[in-house]
Amino acid sequence: MVIPAVVLSTGVGAINGYILTKWRFAGSNFVFGMLLFGCFLPFQAVILPMAQLLGALRLSGTIPGLVLVHTVYGISFTTLFFRNYFITIPDELTKAAQIDGAGFFRIFFSVMLPTALPIIVVSCIWQFTQIWNDFLFGVSFTAGQSSPITVALNNIVNVTMGRKQYNVDMAAAMIAAIPTLIVYVVAGRYFVRGLTAGAVKG
Amino acid sequence: MSTLEIDRVRKSYGSLEVLKEVSISIGTGDFLVLLGPSGCGKSTLLNMIAGLETITGGQIRIAGNVVNDLSPKDRDIAMVFQSYALYPTMTVRQNIEFGMKIRRTSTADRERAVKAAADMLQITHLLERKPSQLSGGQRQRVAMGRAIVRQPKLFLFDEPLSNLDAKLRVDMRTEIKRLHARLGTTIVYVTHDQIEAMTLATRVAVMKDGVVQHLDEPQAVYDRPANVYVARFVGAPAMNIIPGTLQVEGTTAVAVVDVMNRSPARIPGISISAEAARKYAGKKILVGIRPENFSIGNDAGRASLTVDVDVVEPTGPDTLVVFQLGGVEVTARLPPKQASAGTPAALSIDTSKIVLFDADTEARID
Repeated sequence: MVIPAVVLSTGVGAINGYILTKWRFAGSNFVFGMLLFGCFLPFQAVILPMAQLLGALRLSGTIPGLVLVHTVYGISFTTLFFRNYFITIPDELTKAAQIDGAGFFRIFFSVMLPTALPIIVVSCIWQFTQIWNDFLFGVSFTAGQSSPITVALNNIVNVTMGRKQYNVDMAAAMIAAIPTLIVYVVAGRYFVRGLTAGAVKG
Repeated sequence: MSTLEIDRVRKSYGSLEVLKEVSISIGTGDFLVLLGPSGCGKSTLLNMIAGLETITGGQIRIAGNVVNDLSPKDRDIAMVFQSYALYPTMTVRQNIEFGMKIRRTSTADRERAVKAAADMLQITHLLERKPSQLSGGQRQRVAMGRAIVRQPKLFLFDEPLSNLDAKLRVDMRTEIKRLHARLGTTIVYVTHDQIEAMTLATRVAVMKDGVVQHLDEPQAVYDRPANVYVARFVGAPAMNIIPGTLQVEGTTAVAVVDVMNRSPARIPGISISAEAARKYAGKKILVGIRPENFSIGNDAGRASLTVDVDVVEPTGPDTLVVFQLGGVEVTARLPPKQASAGTPAALSIDTSKIVLFDADTEARID
């Protein structure tokens, strides 16, 4: 559930950022402003309309439905990341590639994405942590087998018969936390580098 | 066959007109330099030739074909940017190959083209490095290599030397000139440095406010500038523009200019057409004299005058002498140690090099 959501939101964010910086169109700043607005939307505000939409798409209660919710919600953040990164890359680079004969996607995949490695890592870590740790969307839009680990953890901890088994609770919490820890350990050194990438040149 | 014709081309952003009817035409193997201060529209014009900016009006033709609606990749051009615009994640080899890869050139041909270009530019030992590991001059070479391998009809250079230090700039200038001699490709080159324009060009277009002020060979632009603006922009120190009045004596003209604290000086023997002589006799004009057309001493048969020297600036090979003439500061380039500040100096003027301008329109009087 987490991986497709992370990949999709990062991918869409990268393309959005690329278009918003290198292929300006009339009103692109307005679009960016509206996308930024998405960052300020609290989870709670979108639950009800989202539930209606998922119902209309016949995705309610399924994993693809949850992936869709997380992807859409994450696009605001990933677009912000990529837009701010790509804006530091000189426009002449895209112009040179255009003259070399590269098209829209060729420039994106051959020129832009390879330079964007730090910000891809940042975006992935950010999205992974967000989605993995999310509880509200998980508990709202899934049920039973398809519920994410945070919901399952909550079920273990809160639903007990008889004496509370703290050892089991702790073990479950540990298991739930491990993937995020691994992601941080593996990709952590890129994280700080990526966060400051736009700030200082060189 | 790689001519370039720019036919009444206009460009405007909304109501702001950046280029007003620019027409330039050059032949195969020409080296056109677009020269002007920043904001004069020269880079916009280059981007329009490249296809990176749309054309508001008029036509651009490369080798006789109208390219107005062609995308950059179909125009058969190559461009070198001011910031080099090398792809940072690729090695030098990959940078040079990129365009050919997209055009699906065979591996063997690619190898051969890269090797030939690298040999020509002496960057063979750098092929496996990343752009970040190269110095400014080396990056510049790679950017040129990327352009050369494409074998385009037209090379476009956008201020390629502006980011280099003074010494390297002179070296690369020679390099570009050599490259042009060897390849014989038509080149369009944008710069604000008049020395680059003079040294490199076969044709110079001096631009200001989106209008071509003067299009000609460099020497002609230098010797007979079309107006006061061109006269001041080309040449360092700039041409002296001195207010004066015109008197006609037979077939030649005499320019009379005020000399501070002395009686007005007469500069006789300026050749002028009969028509202009009639029109401007007794009128106010502007006299253009290049600093090097002054010489020391009262030479018989040449226009001569005596001035009070204000400032003396030795540059090494010669000395710049500043004095007042016609109410403006005038600079003369004289041999070293011939004049000193605060003393009078007798100067003569090479009148065959004098250019006269209309006092109101600032256009040249022939």
